[in-house]
Amino acid sequence: MQESMKQKALALLADGTVDRVLGWKKGDFVYDVTPAVFESTEEVERDFTFSVFCGSNLSKYLVKESRKEGKILVFFKPCDAYSFAQLLKEHRVIREKVYAVGIECYGKADIDKLRDKTGATVIHSVGEANGTLTVRCFGGKEHTVPLYDVLLEKCESCKSKKHPVYDELLGDEGEVVDDCNRFDSVAKLEAMTPDERYEFWRGELSRCIRCNACRNVCPACTCEKCIFDNDASGVAQKAAADSFEENMFHIIRAFHVVGRCTDCGECSRVCPQQIPLHLLNRKFIKDINELYGEYQAGADPDTRPPLVNYNTGDVEPSIVYERGGKENG
Amino acid sequence: MVNVRPADLFPAIAKLQKLYVPDGSQVSGTELHKPFKEWKADRDAPCERVRTPKDFFFPQTENLMEFKREGKTIEIVDTRRETEDFVIFGVRACDVRSFSILDKVFLADPVDTYYKNRREHATIISWACSPESMRETCFCHTFGIDCADPEGDVAAWFDGERFYFEAKTEKGTQLLDSIKDVLTACDEEPVWDLKTAIYQAKKELPLADLTTEGFTPDKMMEYFSSEKWGELSEACIGCGTCTFVCPTCQCYDIRDFDTGHGIKRFRCWDSCMYSDFTKMAHGNPRVSQLERFRQRFMHKLVYFPANNDGEFGCVGCGRCLAKCPISMNIVKVMKALKEDDKT
Repeated sequence: MQESMKQKALALLADGTVDRVLGWKKGDFVYDVTPAVFESTEEVERDFTFSVFCGSNLSKYLVKESRKEGKILVFFKPCDAYSFAQLLKEHRVIREKVYAVGIECYGKADIDKLRDKTGATVIHSVGEANGTLTVRCFGGKEHTVPLYDVLLEKCESCKSKKHPVYDELLGDEGEVVDDCNRFDSVAKLEAMTPDERYEFWRGELSRCIRCNACRNVCPACTCEKCIFDNDASGVAQKAAADSFEENMFHIIRAFHVVGRCTDCGECSRVCPQQIPLHLLNRKFIKDINELYGEYQAGADPDTRPPLVNYNTGDVEPSIVYERGGKENG
Repeated sequence: MVNVRPADLFPAIAKLQKLYVPDGSQVSGTELHKPFKEWKADRDAPCERVRTPKDFFFPQTENLMEFKREGKTIEIVDTRRETEDFVIFGVRACDVRSFSILDKVFLADPVDTYYKNRREHATIISWACSPESMRETCFCHTFGIDCADPEGDVAAWFDGERFYFEAKTEKGTQLLDSIKDVLTACDEEPVWDLKTAIYQAKKELPLADLTTEGFTPDKMMEYFSSEKWGELSEACIGCGTCTFVCPTCQCYDIRDFDTGHGIKRFRCWDSCMYSDFTKMAHGNPRVSQLERFRQRFMHKLVYFPANNDGEFGCVGCGRCLAKCPISMNIVKVMKALKEDDKT
């Protein structure tokens, strides 16, 4: 795949279809790839990479990149293309400035899981063949593990192998995955008593160090100035006033992206404290599906999201009383 | 040199002082030092790979003072409490060095009494690395740190059965003296073997050849003006991960919290990656992410050593290499700036 992507980038740069290429640049180790804009064929030849570690979603960079001179080629995994479609819907990306190439994806690897699963310490290289990863360590030790066992959380319950929007496809195009089971984890939380659920979230969110990585990486968080960064807002605290405020930050953020979050999973991927933030978003997506009918943000660039739309059949606010919440809680 | 079995060691210290040990019960990779409960026999005990032990001296948030208003009087309340003596066990060589870097900031005039109070009450038992505890992201050697012979009040080595101790400071000698009943005098040979294995493993690390060569104060303007910053900072999302997982990042903000009937003045970690960092009455001198990004690395690699007898503001722990959401980090910056030197 890397080679055909590289050739595509080189060809479109050379014939002037695009002026820049947004892709992934290789790092010092096998897994530390960085999103990068390539401006010349030499740069593409030298640094362009695509591997099982390219889990990062490039769509948000287009908010800025599509406002620059010239056209930019971008490579999208299916889930990234959902974020792109959603950003188009919100008029945050200028479509004409983007040449979107959809690429096939069979899941991306989580380096921490790979390390935990294999016990690898000093990783030298990771090879991939037929769905198996071979980790070579310094000192010669080798471990093999199925990619399936070390997928990024977002890939474990991949919702679609189909690109909702693209200019061109590379590799095989798949289908929406109907039985992705991504709401199973939410159902587990719903089955808890309110007290258990409260304890679960208190425990998880207690690890938050307020680095804002989840917010800054989120393609649905594209406000020019976040209210939490605005001194004049009165809520721009860098520290929590009490131990519950951190929790509120995440809950408020999840509310803010309701109906716009495509479940791309970047929040959980980047959290240095491994907080399963995507579960908050998934709960809201599940609720929307149940209360307003099936809706997938980013599945197309046109339909109105349920929370900014009105149908006479919409659920009444009083629904909250019927949902088994804890009284006074 | 003395040695001791873990089962004897930890209860002996915990009886005398508050003892913090690495806690492996956390989600993998997010370990924290926690008060000692029990020792789990584990040669490759958890290293703190996200949070750093700087929290002991420079916590993420702390209240500095309170103001209470009653009628026409304002009372200023000193919220400091006298800290009791405590022991931190199992601090890796890189993190131990970070304490002396923080000391240069907080213990220099004007002395930060909040920091000093905690620092003075702590005894640090460091823990030599092992081939199993190393990662490809390790580069402490770049800054002259020896992970086979760590600094600290007491240095420790573990051979799978016994800890070997060597006191490095007066405080360390006192600590070992206070638990001498459980210690056995021994020769240094087992530790030599452990050290040899560590040095061997270190040589094979991918960043074994990384040096600070070229990062001298006279290069300040050259590096500052480098064309490379644009490319290096291009993908930076402006989060604070690198600064909050860094054992030497020391910047903070001081703010007032209105409780409704008074003010709590607190300080909290701040990040040079954030858009309101350095915001002043006239505005913000660093308006782009490029400038913020450059500041972080110039501070660690050039400004800090220029003002601190050549001591760099990085200990090579590798946390930022492992945790940056876009995998951009100080090693990539060093390599890119050095490329400039070659041309």
